[in-house]
Amino acid sequence: MTTAVSTPRPPLAGSAAKKKRGSGGGLGRYIVVRFLLIIPTIFILVSMVFWLMRTTGDPITAALGGRLTPDQLAERISAAGYDRPILIQYAEYLGQIFTGNFGTTISTNRPVSEVLVTYGAATLELAFYALLVAFIVGIPLGMVAAYWRDKAPDAFLRIFAILCYATPVFFAGLLFKLVFAVWLKVLPVAGRASTGAELQMQLLPGKTGFYTIDAIQTGNPAVLQDVLSHVVLPALALGLLTAGVFLRLVRTNVIGTLGTDYVDAARSRGVSEFRLVRKHAYRPALIPIITVIGLQIALLLGGAVLTETTFEWKGLGFMLSEFLQARDFVAVQGIVALLAVIVALSNFIVDIVAAIIDPRVRY
Amino acid sequence: MSSTDATFLKPARPALFARLPIVHQLRQSVGLQRGMLVAGLLVTSLFLLTAILAPVIAPYGYSQLRDTAGLFGAQQPPGGAHLLGTTVGGYDVLSRVLWGAQTALFVIIVAVVLSLFAGVLLGLVSGYFGGWLDRVLVVVCDAVYAFPSLLLAIVMSIVISGGKSDLVGGVMAAAISITVVFIPQYFRVIRAETVRIKAEAYVESARVLGASNLRIMFRHVLRNATRTLPLIFTLNASEAILTLAGLGFLGFGIEPTEASEWGYDLNKALSDVTSGIWWTALFPGLAIVLVVLGITLVGESLNDLADPRLRGRRAVGASSGLVAETSVVPGGTLDAGPGGLDGLETPAHPPVHPGDDSEATR
Repeated sequence: MTTAVSTPRPPLAGSAAKKKRGSGGGLGRYIVVRFLLIIPTIFILVSMVFWLMRTTGDPITAALGGRLTPDQLAERISAAGYDRPILIQYAEYLGQIFTGNFGTTISTNRPVSEVLVTYGAATLELAFYALLVAFIVGIPLGMVAAYWRDKAPDAFLRIFAILCYATPVFFAGLLFKLVFAVWLKVLPVAGRASTGAELQMQLLPGKTGFYTIDAIQTGNPAVLQDVLSHVVLPALALGLLTAGVFLRLVRTNVIGTLGTDYVDAARSRGVSEFRLVRKHAYRPALIPIITVIGLQIALLLGGAVLTETTFEWKGLGFMLSEFLQARDFVAVQGIVALLAVIVALSNFIVDIVAAIIDPRVRY
Repeated sequence: MSSTDATFLKPARPALFARLPIVHQLRQSVGLQRGMLVAGLLVTSLFLLTAILAPVIAPYGYSQLRDTAGLFGAQQPPGGAHLLGTTVGGYDVLSRVLWGAQTALFVIIVAVVLSLFAGVLLGLVSGYFGGWLDRVLVVVCDAVYAFPSLLLAIVMSIVISGGKSDLVGGVMAAAISITVVFIPQYFRVIRAETVRIKAEAYVESARVLGASNLRIMFRHVLRNATRTLPLIFTLNASEAILTLAGLGFLGFGIEPTEASEWGYDLNKALSDVTSGIWWTALFPGLAIVLVVLGITLVGESLNDLADPRLRGRRAVGASSGLVAETSVVPGGTLDAGPGGLDGLETPAHPPVHPGDDSEATR
């Protein structure tokens, strides 16, 4: 940041090479500073989760409270080290997280990191498809709404966007399920794949956990079709939530850029109206959208918990609500901590992308 | 109004009624925006009325399983004594939906009031005094803000009620969980405004006059920093409903015997849907959508009206009398630039505008 201040730019063009070097250094510095900033973010979130969860008592009592005698409980608590001073446990917990060890679940007695690896892929796959839906639906419709500002299409699309936001993902999911799976019977009710397809994919030597990739690997089009048909409803339910946000955002920003001089200039040069919106007005409006995607990832992950529960989509969110029902707080703590890391990292990436696209962000 | 010369020069101050938050915007709006605002206000008032009158208009209690004719029976289709049918647990759907409005209202009020107080106070102190406290609070709030709000609410509800939902404390637990999620939003807005206002001349004058920090903070800064609050308020109110429903859907809501909660009912309707029973899911869900829609419409309209770029304008002449000539170059005459008029008429290289910029650099 100091480079920006210490090297005042000449008002007109200096030598091209010098200018390039200057902005490159700014970006490098920005990336480093921004990366260092995610460490306190993760640290704060992880600590917060630890202290909050621990105020309710130790996890063993919470999970197995009524089922064991006090003696047995005390034995398990001391075996797991929960009778030591809380600060020591906290330090140990931070150290473990640093090395990627998120503890062992109480209800299933598996390492939390193993749970995260097994089910993380499913959540990422869902999030990917949901974002796809959001882009395909939200961005073109946003441009349409901006172009016909305050006209009928705009009014209709704005109500649509608010409806997208106002409908809880699980209610949208329930409705989709009811209409497409139960009444029309065109799409499966729940799950990630039918049992037959799942078995075929289990046998794969190099399975990734991303069912779309695995299905392609089997080379069987029926499996791929099965997997894709399972993803449609959850992706729609989760994607529409974000699509509404994108629509509104694109609309507002394109309205802003449509009023600028260079759009008028382009129009007077005879650029077609379609190209005007698609290229001239939309491109500069993209920067705030990229920034908001970062915030959407948090919303998407929160929504994934609800979507996965609705569709029995066996991902992190589904497991999270299972562990919550079992009152297995070690597992909950692990999943929440991992999600915090994902959110912090994705925000970091989004900020870097925004900085590369728009040099003004760096300074 | 007095008729001295001094006031004669001032524009007439509108009556108090016209300056009230919603009324002012209602008058300001036109066309579609007015339609959205009015629709939003109508739905929101309907929600408020339902919440207040639930004990009167609901045919049964929220936890009522039987009347004089015996048990209601589970999953009865709509019609007859149960206009919207009964749930899997044997509750009357219509009554649950109506009573649910009350629970939602309680939670909104408690959540928004708590986060308003905590967030505004923290933002004010942090922005006004600055220093290390400010930095720590900003980093903490940014971290919390970036985190999925529902997950945070889940963690909070475990902390507050141990994941169980006992008594009316369930309402408080849900509200406080939502509060924690909202504090950073109020904090950020108020802090940013405070930092801006702190540098204003009138704050400096107040300090020179010997006003205490407390007085400056609350009288000079806070009063001017609350401009955007009604907006966040409406947006948060709708988010509070969604978070409450999400908590209920995941099983962290309020027990059906304590209060009616839409998210809980939707959770119980999950298995009904698979067997084609639609009424247990549809009506609580529609209730959520409708209320959030109403509040969001109000919020959106207020937002647009506050932003001159987005505010719809009346047709010229309808509201404004004389339009002043504000163009810098009235006749469209242009002075020559440094390179003379040549550079403007026939550019040496094709004009570059930001839209093409990203294309060129890729």
